[in-house]
Amino acid sequence: MINVERVHKAYPTRAGDRVVLDDISFTLGRGEKLGVLGRNGAGKSTLIRLVSGAENPTSGTITRTMSVSWPLAFGGAFQNALTGFDNVRFISRIYNQDYRENMEFVTDFTELGLYLREPVRSYSQGMRARLAFAISMIIEFDCYLIDEITAVGDAKFHEKCEAELFQKRVDRSMLIISHDTEYVRKHCGKFGVLHEGKMTFFYNFDEALEHHSFNLHLESH
Amino acid sequence: MTSRLKPIGSSAAIQGRVVYALLMREILTRYGRHNIGFLWLFVEPMLFTTGVTILWTLAKSAHGSALPIVAFALTGYSTVLLWRNMPARCIGAIEPNLALMYHRNVKVIDIFLARLLLEGGGATISFVTLSLFYIYIGWLDPPEDALTVIAGWLLIAWFGASLAMLLGALAEKNEIVERLWHPASYLLFPLSGAAFMVDALPAVAQKYVLYIPMVNGVEMIREGYFGEHVRTHYDIPYLVICCVALCLLALSQVAAVNRGITPE
Repeated sequence: MINVERVHKAYPTRAGDRVVLDDISFTLGRGEKLGVLGRNGAGKSTLIRLVSGAENPTSGTITRTMSVSWPLAFGGAFQNALTGFDNVRFISRIYNQDYRENMEFVTDFTELGLYLREPVRSYSQGMRARLAFAISMIIEFDCYLIDEITAVGDAKFHEKCEAELFQKRVDRSMLIISHDTEYVRKHCGKFGVLHEGKMTFFYNFDEALEHHSFNLHLESH
Repeated sequence: MTSRLKPIGSSAAIQGRVVYALLMREILTRYGRHNIGFLWLFVEPMLFTTGVTILWTLAKSAHGSALPIVAFALTGYSTVLLWRNMPARCIGAIEPNLALMYHRNVKVIDIFLARLLLEGGGATISFVTLSLFYIYIGWLDPPEDALTVIAGWLLIAWFGASLAMLLGALAEKNEIVERLWHPASYLLFPLSGAAFMVDALPAVAQKYVLYIPMVNGVEMIREGYFGEHVRTHYDIPYLVICCVALCLLALSQVAAVNRGITPE
């Protein structure tokens, strides 16, 4: 279980502290899937980084009693000067795994062939996304944090992601953020809408979407 | 008690893994797979030391003792690589590694430790290799007391590592640290004991120059190398206190920086 309790996050700016998350509490149990909607800059990615433990909240606590992935994003956590295989080795070492097996899996999944021996900086966006996703799948976690993972890539890549994440790992917990509301509806059972630092929870997708749409259009009126 | 030791043991294992992974990564990003690759790790400092040795020999550098210049340059200049390069590598080390901090077990201190191990390791291999080479061709006598040499070397390495972590952490908060370290390291070089023997200085100057921590370490190394042939001046407790104080200060600053980190 992940327990987020009274979490605040503020970033210093030239105009003083800007509160991004204001008193957020929720729990994510085993197998639960929470989708978070919100405008650009609403604090969705910040929330995911805090839950992952890569960053600390300004106040409040986050307790993890299950293993939690790093935030799976389409481009993140790479060293551009290194090759695809170097990155696989690095992640395998950090998470204490045998990199030879992982290299096999990554070769199969990404179909990148010889590119895996080239520096990541020579990859296209779609190739990066494939590598990032494959690397994310080599370590097994109880809970996956997913940040717009399907924003790039072709239909075949999306199908493969779908199979890996939502069929093979249907029993895991997930925290998903996406601007693709349909994606969130399809995969989540619980929804949160982030707006001005506050998070409102819904069990019904239509209500969540209505609230989110209201926030989206608020300022244009 | 064992239940408390166990998490410490597993934390140490995780940190060991992370530092090792970062070290391997660092070697690849820095030296790549071209030409002699990671051999540059110690070939580069060896070239530095050799170059300085040649220059000093040609200039017949006055160093205030009867020591051969080769021995003098090797024991002096090698230590400069320790305390000067370690901070240079830790300043600005966090920024290019921010993406890796998406992984919760990768902390600021691990990034620093990996770079320090690499830099310290390179300087040490260079020092040992050149020593053995000069001894083999007869330009240098084997050290009279190897343990004192090692102790002096390790103390300077400790000092350099602490200074590096402190400056690396402070540089994250304020870029002025980076700007100031370049001139400071340049100005500190002639004062660091690499290019003089303390005994050759006037008695008044000796007192003040020994307040510079590195000078004590260099004198120790020379005492270990040349024994009775030189008169050395150093204060081990003072050097150790400097290292402890600097190290604690550095660790507190690293912890503070770690709390405020935002992975990109």
